[in-house]
Amino acid sequence: MEGDGQIIPFELLFLIPAFPLLGFVLVLGLRERLGRAVSVIAPGVVGLAFLAAAAAFYRLVSAGPGAVLTQHLYTWISAGDFSANITLRFDPLSAVMALVVTGVGFLIHVYSAGYMGHDECKPRYFAYLNLFTFAMLLLVLADDLLLLFVGWEGVGLCSYLLIGFWFEKEENASAGKKAFIVNRVGDAGFVLGLLLLLWSLGAERMSLGVGALKEIAPSLDAGTVTVATLLLFIGATGKSAQLPLYVWLPDAMAGPTPVSALIHAATMVTAGIYMIARLSFLFALAPITLAVVAWIGISTALFAATIAVAQNDIKKVLAYSTISQLGYMFASLGVGAFSSGIFHLMTHAFFKALLFLGAGSVIHALGGEQDIRRMGGLREYMPVTFWTFLIATLAISGMPLLSGFFSKDQILERAFASGHIGIWAVGLAAAGLTAFYMFRLLFLTFFGELRAAEQARHHPHESPPVMTVPLVALGILAAVGGYVGLPEGVGWGDKFGEFLHGVVGSFAGHHLAAGTQILLTGCSIGVALLGLVVAYFCYIVQPGLPALVAYRLSGIYKVLAGKYFVDEAYDFLIVRPYFRLANVAWRIFDVGIVDGAVNGAATMVSVNSELWRRLQTGRVQSYAFSFLGGAVVLLAALYLAGRG
Amino acid sequence: MMEFVLSLVIFSPLLGAVVLLAVPGDNVAGIRRAALAFSLLPFLFSLVLWSGFDASRGDFQFVENLPWLPRFGIRYIVGVDGISLFLVLLTTFLTPLVVLSCWGDIELRVKEFFFFLLMLETGMLGAFLALDLFLFYVFWEVMLVPMYFIIGVWGGPQRIYAAVKFVLYTMAGSLLMLVAIIYLASVHAHASGLWTFDLRELYNSALGAREQLWLFTGFSLAFAIKVPLFPFHTWLPDAHVEAPTGGSVILAGVLLKLGTYGFLRFAIPLFPAALEVASPVFVALALIGIIYGAAVAMVQPDLKKLVAYSSVSHLGFVMLGLFGLNQIGIEGAIYQMLNHGLSTGALFLIVGVIYSRRHTRMIADFGGLWREVPIFAAIFMVVTLSSIGLPGLNGFVGEFLILLGAFKSSRLAAVLAVSGIILGAVYMLRMFQRVMFGPLTNPANRGLGDLSVREILVLAPVVAMIVFMGVHPRPFLKVMEPAVSSTIERLEVARRRMEPRIAVALEKRAEVAW
Repeated sequence: MEGDGQIIPFELLFLIPAFPLLGFVLVLGLRERLGRAVSVIAPGVVGLAFLAAAAAFYRLVSAGPGAVLTQHLYTWISAGDFSANITLRFDPLSAVMALVVTGVGFLIHVYSAGYMGHDECKPRYFAYLNLFTFAMLLLVLADDLLLLFVGWEGVGLCSYLLIGFWFEKEENASAGKKAFIVNRVGDAGFVLGLLLLLWSLGAERMSLGVGALKEIAPSLDAGTVTVATLLLFIGATGKSAQLPLYVWLPDAMAGPTPVSALIHAATMVTAGIYMIARLSFLFALAPITLAVVAWIGISTALFAATIAVAQNDIKKVLAYSTISQLGYMFASLGVGAFSSGIFHLMTHAFFKALLFLGAGSVIHALGGEQDIRRMGGLREYMPVTFWTFLIATLAISGMPLLSGFFSKDQILERAFASGHIGIWAVGLAAAGLTAFYMFRLLFLTFFGELRAAEQARHHPHESPPVMTVPLVALGILAAVGGYVGLPEGVGWGDKFGEFLHGVVGSFAGHHLAAGTQILLTGCSIGVALLGLVVAYFCYIVQPGLPALVAYRLSGIYKVLAGKYFVDEAYDFLIVRPYFRLANVAWRIFDVGIVDGAVNGAATMVSVNSELWRRLQTGRVQSYAFSFLGGAVVLLAALYLAGRG
Repeated sequence: MMEFVLSLVIFSPLLGAVVLLAVPGDNVAGIRRAALAFSLLPFLFSLVLWSGFDASRGDFQFVENLPWLPRFGIRYIVGVDGISLFLVLLTTFLTPLVVLSCWGDIELRVKEFFFFLLMLETGMLGAFLALDLFLFYVFWEVMLVPMYFIIGVWGGPQRIYAAVKFVLYTMAGSLLMLVAIIYLASVHAHASGLWTFDLRELYNSALGAREQLWLFTGFSLAFAIKVPLFPFHTWLPDAHVEAPTGGSVILAGVLLKLGTYGFLRFAIPLFPAALEVASPVFVALALIGIIYGAAVAMVQPDLKKLVAYSSVSHLGFVMLGLFGLNQIGIEGAIYQMLNHGLSTGALFLIVGVIYSRRHTRMIADFGGLWREVPIFAAIFMVVTLSSIGLPGLNGFVGEFLILLGAFKSSRLAAVLAVSGIILGAVYMLRMFQRVMFGPLTNPANRGLGDLSVREILVLAPVVAMIVFMGVHPRPFLKVMEPAVSSTIERLEVARRRMEPRIAVALEKRAEVAW
């Protein structure tokens, strides 16, 4: 994790974000005039961005380990000693992110062309989606943290616009606003972190370029680094939906389902993880922060998994699942296994995007139905959706040989190896719950009898190829995407970790004996199978059982189904008091005291009511005169005081 | 031409106003076109000024220095530096847009309206460019008259009350300032044996710490009311609600900046010894303004009142940047003045657009407008985002620099100000949602026309500047840098000259930042 090795200027780097930006401008500028071409242009520019990223990736790999591609575009802000640059950076970490964003993004754009095919606002949808891709690429390619923040807020804006895409429903618009504001709370921490970092750098080099920061980091004061990293982490809890700021993500499901797949599962919500990995050289210097990150992460993983168990909306289950999986990634960062966090980020992007797109396919087939209690038996009607959904479910549950198995296991193993037994144990429990709620979802959706309402019943059908082809592509990735990071000593080993070596902090835990390793893997597989078996028993063998359990444990069930009533608590403790306070402040202070005093003073100055009448009719002169008198008195007082 | 370009900038609107009086009153179209042409003239001159401006210099340029009332040492001195240049450009940029926006909604006494508007422009430009304190005071007072009439004649139902409140508040402050100006000049005359109101001379007057505090108070009351700094802000919502759209745009866009400009140009550098006591007070009031303005904006039922209170919050940021008393914070504050001029000016134009169609400004009367007026919606969105400081747009650059500057002098202040950023998003997005999103329930809003070509011409330049200044702020910051440096230097020199007790206390304050 030394400073940058070989720095190679690469003049074509700007093309990666430029293509989606061009798409945004084109689609927004021409809108309806584009007609059906919008379905080609919008995915096309993201495809081009993918090709550009692939070309840069090729250039990077051929330059050998330690190389970084950069492109300085211009100096954005400079004031006093402070400056911020528009500089792009393509190192292994940005490479992974850019390829995931453009690759998965391209598939979701294609899928969207089918999913949103009949929506009259398709141009607006694609314009936002292109803008999102641009902002996300800016985020992952930025060399300067302030430019990263531009992307960070840009994706937040697109998320806001897309959650409220169908804004005619009040709750959608509210969900978008909630997402924006909750994220702002996190961003406030993020900004303070940046400010603290900037001033701790010393007056001569107040700039947040990553390369320069890396060099200076070891000389920074330890207390400052701890506080700064904690503040930055607050930003991450907002964007990546961790305790206590996760509340916006479940509501964000109000947006179109492909948006949930792209923004609220695969890419944007991972920005917090990316940011910490990007600054791993800084976080590694702050053990207290790392401990906080690890425990917040793993607590969120368990907390969200318990809620997911009791949700009936297919997208809400997946939303809580995303929060839970993001928790794993943070736990991984917190125990110092930075590359494992990014590894899980990548495999999660594959299988969670697939789950959401599959859910979208189901919702599409059932005419908008999202309640899994009114689904069932869809396996026969939509085989492609079913099989790909099954692969994704197996992957997220950590079933052997699929992508999620390798990445999640690496996290748990490294938590254990670094001595964080508690983190490992909680993670294991959450893994069991994950398998349970995911198979519950699978069984209720695709097995048994179709329980759909009458009007949705007659046309469950497989989605068109424009939607199923992306499903298959993601299915393949979800299946084999984990083979880049095999356990050490197996096959070619952890190629992914090696690739990121030097960019993110290397894992410093001790080496586990082969026997321990096998035992740990056994535990993981065991809890996953346990979750599967329990779900099978509850939803296939004894379908009446869950209702009975819910009835017997109605207290616990209500708390889980009610999501621990966190939203209600925030509303009661923060939102409503703030409104009340604002109202009271205005009425008492502005309208009452100040205006009262001013009007009262005016009345006093006007010695007779005649003058007051003139005021009402607009005779300013008389008032000016009385003020002049007052001023003379004041002047005299002032003069005397000055003397004394 | 360059040697008297400033006078051309200042007086070309007044000339236009006088010529306008000669046009027959019933030729409304002619008056409108003439007013637009005359408002473009100063804009042109100020562009010439910008192109001739030497960005590497921190002192005053294009100075004109002529005797005016020689018996009292009063002179006509005008000059421009990197601080006033962009405020002049902001004024000359916004005025033609205001003229164009008023083509639709000023039907009554059109000639008089534009006469006052152009006269007001001369007042504002003069106040930004005057280097003689007495001349400054004259321009400062000159602005009052046209604004009084604009609110009082073309305003809403409560216009007289609002106009009088505006004048009373402003007069109360400015008379004290006059007293302070005369006292300052007399002290200087006493010491040097020469009567002068030349700001550049007065910067060097030797005043005691106590005197400085008194004089600072005299000046700052006038400026604080204009800003408006909490708790002197209550005239603002009334003035805005009653003023016609054009009046609100000028009021928020330019007039308020004269308050913050006054602090930066006069109160702070003239009386540096007062800052020891004053700056914590002003930082505290700025922070209260940021948070209080944001909270109160949220509960306003009237769009114009909401925007008015948002100004209180935004100008709190500007004040915070100024009273951090460092290079970064002050540059941020100047930048934020320009940002606020653009975004709040645009917000008032936007409110004016819907008001001209629906004759209501109550948020509750709207909802679901997006589908009816998509172009309007897109522009409204961009302006809203600028106002809440989204990175990539202009507001962020100013806010971030202000926070960075404030953080240096007080971390607590920065933390509190950051909370203002959260609250800013709350009231703006809540307002945007209630106006633009949701179902279109009020049948009166159905079939609302989207922006006309004229309205697009008014709003598009502002939106373009909002984007440009967010993406590429360097051309602006680069010009401000030397002028701000020399202001800071002036403070440093004064600090060194001060009694050691105060110097020590100041340094201590800088160190004990929390």
